[in-house]
Amino acid sequence: MTVRIQTEDFDAGREIAALRQGNPAIGAIASFIGVVRDVNDGGKVTEMTLEHYPGMTEKSIAEIIEQAKSRWGIFDVLVIHRIGRLRPLDQIVLVVVTGAHRGDAFAACEFVMDYLKTRAPFWKKEQTPDGARWVESRQSDDLAAERWRLKG
Amino acid sequence: MITVLYFARLRDALGTASEQIALPAGVSDLESLRALLRQRGGAWADELGDQKSFRAAVNQDMARGDTPVRDGDEIAFFPPVTGG
Repeated sequence: MTVRIQTEDFDAGREIAALRQGNPAIGAIASFIGVVRDVNDGGKVTEMTLEHYPGMTEKSIAEIIEQAKSRWGIFDVLVIHRIGRLRPLDQIVLVVVTGAHRGDAFAACEFVMDYLKTRAPFWKKEQTPDGARWVESRQSDDLAAERWRLKG
Repeated sequence: MITVLYFARLRDALGTASEQIALPAGVSDLESLRALLRQRGGAWADELGDQKSFRAAVNQDMARGDTPVRDGDEIAFFPPVTGG
């Protein structure tokens, strides 16, 4: 597995090419990219700052990936999460899962994102025309993570 | 000594990112540590109060009120996470 926390942008195509290079066993690659929007909770967002807990962030994402690998028949997982100042249109997060078949790759990719949203220690502070505000967590994210307890 | 870290909204409100505390007698778990910190009053009583939503970790693992706290531990208090 690969977990990278970085301020720089990423190139999903390049990352996927590197992850599958020379591996003819891979038949499916599922990926997710999270992107900064210019609105949140009805207000305009001009910029945000992503903060994290160094050490625990990498550890918690590694644990999430281990869970995904034990649960689905997948080969490898890559997670890149950006920190620092980001603006609308910027990429925030990339998850790539390789496997033999699409079913497990899709499910594992969604699982990693749902768990990352509720367990990995990142926090967003948004700049809006009315000033800065810390983003509140969403109950819908908790529910999205919770449903994996029931199925699978 | 224990190290206590504060992140995001909590760090802003408490005005500190980290501190070292000599583990007092009577503090054996996260709940008793939280009670001790709340006794400082002001933002401490408010941010670590029952009305506020926050999470905690012990040695970089998500923890609960009954998670033991021992000398040398790294404790962190922070708001519910909002990454991704």
